[in-house]
Amino acid sequence: MYDPTVARLTYRALLGRRRALVLGALPLLLIVIAVAVRALAGADDQTAANVLGGFALATMVPIIGVIAGTGAIGPEIDDGSVVYLLSKPVKRSTIIFTKLIVAIASTMAFSAVPTLIAGLILNGNGQQIAVAYTVAALVASIAYAALFLLLGTASRHAVVFGLVYALVWETLFGSLVPGARTLSVQQWALAVAHEVAGGDLVTSDVGLPAATVLLVLVTVAATWYAGQKLRALTIAGEE
Amino acid sequence: MAVEHSAAPPSGDRARIHDIGYRTYDGPRLGRAYARRSLYSQSLRGAYGLGRSVKSKVLPMLLFAVMCVPAAIMVAVAVFTKAKDLPIAYTDYALVMQAVISLYVASQAPQAVSRDLRFRTVPLYFSRPIETSDYVRAKYAALASAMFILTAAPLLVLYVGALLAKLDFTDQTKGFAQGLVSVALLSLLFSGIGLVVAAVTPRRGFGIAAVIAVLMISYGAVSTLQAIAYVQDNTAVIPWIGLFSPVTLIDGVQTAFLGATSTMPGGAGPSTAQGVVYLLVVLGLVAAAYGLLVRRYKKVGM
Repeated sequence: MYDPTVARLTYRALLGRRRALVLGALPLLLIVIAVAVRALAGADDQTAANVLGGFALATMVPIIGVIAGTGAIGPEIDDGSVVYLLSKPVKRSTIIFTKLIVAIASTMAFSAVPTLIAGLILNGNGQQIAVAYTVAALVASIAYAALFLLLGTASRHAVVFGLVYALVWETLFGSLVPGARTLSVQQWALAVAHEVAGGDLVTSDVGLPAATVLLVLVTVAATWYAGQKLRALTIAGEE
Repeated sequence: MAVEHSAAPPSGDRARIHDIGYRTYDGPRLGRAYARRSLYSQSLRGAYGLGRSVKSKVLPMLLFAVMCVPAAIMVAVAVFTKAKDLPIAYTDYALVMQAVISLYVASQAPQAVSRDLRFRTVPLYFSRPIETSDYVRAKYAALASAMFILTAAPLLVLYVGALLAKLDFTDQTKGFAQGLVSVALLSLLFSGIGLVVAAVTPRRGFGIAAVIAVLMISYGAVSTLQAIAYVQDNTAVIPWIGLFSPVTLIDGVQTAFLGATSTMPGGAGPSTAQGVVYLLVVLGLVAAAYGLLVRRYKKVGM
């Protein structure tokens, strides 16, 4: 199921040259903000929850997920070099699974780790807030990576659609239409975080059982469908 | 071409040069300005997918529609309820729709420059009579014009609607003019930032994400910090924090000079003196974007 060579190539495509620097800029900004907030406002649990919830989980994790998820396969399909990969005697489901693992690992490394550090800076893990949001970021990384990997195989404009989902659907519609919140990776991850933190600083609109089922369902279904897409991939020419 | 040159070259008497009628071009030469204008109009059309496949029209047209529909709805509401004023100020519209504007610039800036970089066609442009600065100016002007069309069209809808609803003419005209100045600045600033980020990477997808990250994340970070400063009753810092994101920069300029109400927390917009700083920063950023683009294309144009 896991092919080290495919993994190595994907890591290089994602993080090679200066791309790791761009991916690293966002987490760095989060940590800078955490330091600035701590200096401006001191340690405060509510502020910490606001920064981690509003900036880290709502904005940073989806964007890193989009970059890593679509970046794991999108560029190869875009420039047509994926045919060299597909013509090797490696199962397509293996290719997708390997790329998913790489995307998840990159998203986790660039989102969950800085979330933990920022949480520790903000209030020293008071009321388990740092750990709760780190768990949320870890869980969200898996679902986002799977979703956006599927988008990467399905559309040439994967990045735009991914961003529309992450920013418009989850942020805008989520704040206007309550129903949209049940269909949001962010809320599912928050449900898990709520279980870790307890208390009422980390809340979610979805119950834990529903969230877990939906998370697993979305991840598995997206990965399976991405594999199907890749099995019947037609290489489109440049528009 | 692995043709073997084993045989000796044909001896002198068998070699001859045929005149196959090549002629030099002696028609009119349209020159540098024409090439620049063509590049501008092609890039502007390309920004809306005109003259390209149906697939590449979908996204820009969709975003254009999303920009205009709320304006039309607001006008309809104002007409039917016989309101005294439009439900939204001209200068506020672009700030409310900033997510759509950011998505547009993020999807079209890489469209404008990344392909040329990826397929290494940039040197071909410079084999024509245009210079580096012509290419950069044409691309920059095209994207800024496309952005201006995107942001000014809903204002026009609002203005026409307001006149049809027989709202006060001088009032509405003044607001409309202020709105136009504001979106013109916004177009210049956003397209400059978008092009600089997009010109760094030949990968389109990566360019889109990078532009969105720069625009949205900086706004997210700045508004978080502003909200915290507001909670701490530290209102004097709020306008200074606003200098660090494109959206709040435009907000600050129009609050100081164009009669808008600030969307910063507590309405703590910049004073006139701070407004000058805002304006200088905006113009400085536009100039810096142009300078960086010229520098970048001096390098890749070889």
